[in-house]
Amino acid sequence: MACSTRSCRRLDDQRYCEPLRQVRFGAPWSVDFQGRHFALGEVPLSHETLACRECDLLQEIPPLPPGGKARCPRCGETLVSHRPNGLDRLLALTIAAALTLIVANTMPLMGLEAVGRSASTTIIGGAIEMWLQGSEITAVIVAFCAVIAPAGHVAFLLVVLIAVRRPPAPRWVGELLRSAHFMEPWSMTEVMMLGILVALVKIAELATVTAGIGMFAAGAFIFLIAAITVTFEPHEIWSRIEWADGTKPLLPVDAIGAGQAGAVR
Amino acid sequence: MSAAALSAARAGIVSCLTCGLLSRPAAADPGFCRRCGGKLVWRKQHSVQYTWAFLVAAAICYIPANALPVLGTTALGSTEFDTIIGGVIFLYKSGSWPLALIVLVASIMIPLGKILALSWLLITVQRGQARNAHDRARLYRLVEFIGKWSMLDVFVDAFTVALVQLSPLMSVEPGLGVVFFMAVVVLTMLAAQTFDPRLIWDSAAEREAHGG
Repeated sequence: MACSTRSCRRLDDQRYCEPLRQVRFGAPWSVDFQGRHFALGEVPLSHETLACRECDLLQEIPPLPPGGKARCPRCGETLVSHRPNGLDRLLALTIAAALTLIVANTMPLMGLEAVGRSASTTIIGGAIEMWLQGSEITAVIVAFCAVIAPAGHVAFLLVVLIAVRRPPAPRWVGELLRSAHFMEPWSMTEVMMLGILVALVKIAELATVTAGIGMFAAGAFIFLIAAITVTFEPHEIWSRIEWADGTKPLLPVDAIGAGQAGAVR
Repeated sequence: MSAAALSAARAGIVSCLTCGLLSRPAAADPGFCRRCGGKLVWRKQHSVQYTWAFLVAAAICYIPANALPVLGTTALGSTEFDTIIGGVIFLYKSGSWPLALIVLVASIMIPLGKILALSWLLITVQRGQARNAHDRARLYRLVEFIGKWSMLDVFVDAFTVALVQLSPLMSVEPGLGVVFFMAVVVLTMLAAQTFDPRLIWDSAAEREAHGG
């Protein structure tokens, strides 16, 4: 598809969307859309029309090849990525992440030995010790960022992914997806791992430190969560959830990339 | 015939912040999203004011966060207090300068950088500046991505405290600085979340019409 915008560099896997252009075509303002002119209030909304969440540019998603991405021509934000079997992969990754997270939280993270005395800690142990030492606020935030947010993110995502396997998924699935989305920025396992590394270097002079099973599980969890972030495609999941006003999603579920214009809302 | 890129708001269309569905509301108050039930807004409400409030609070907390000790180490009866920069110097002296650099960047430079970057974004948005929109959008994405990494020092302190409890030989306790430092990180993250990046691209006329 020919692209009229400034930056069509990698057409094979990355495409830039077609912005809806506002044209001064006599008065009043009108919009140039698929070769026809529309007044501003009459721009047709199809399944392929999206507004960029970063810059609000209204645009048409081009047909995407498998593995392709559509980017905003103005600010470069990735709008839609089309991954074959994206939901299956995402479910597999999420199940794996849930299992490693359980191991990471229940097994000891590391142990420490000095002059015949030994101590070990789990992830939540770091927060509990903070609480016991009189720094309650810190303890709560550490517990939220290191345990509650990652667990909530993965658990909500898991339920959503299982529920959307049989579309249309009921409305509460949307609420869970929103909660998962809320937890995501506060889930800081990777930061915690780097923090542990620094703490270990600080302590290493004083005592012998051994890594526990929990440490390896948390390491694996970081990679799984990164893979989930890359594979996650909200556009496709939302298209499988029943609408709040009771409308069943009437669009072909795998319409992204198929290129056909959906129903006009 | 002049052509300009068309924003959804200009065409009278609201995009849902939660699910991305486009709606064309009949009234000025767009109401709720038909798909996910979320509140629809043209732009995040009072985005500029909220972001400024979080930023000012973060800037105030930044001072005690760096001046007060984050860790107190008791060994053989005597207690030593360490600030964040003290921890960096300790790491550097003990020979692990890459980690010293990571902690320096994550704990001191990133929070300060975030406060300055968001202030610049807010000032340019309030002045209705149209230049550098691409750079500013990229800067905002960077601030959003990098945000959680300044939490590093809080985790370092938490796990040092959790592990080194070999009393009466040696013990470590958290200092008041940790609370302020954490406040800086959380407040700057909230500031980044309340800022609406679409304001960067809005023309003066749109800002007037839909508010920020």
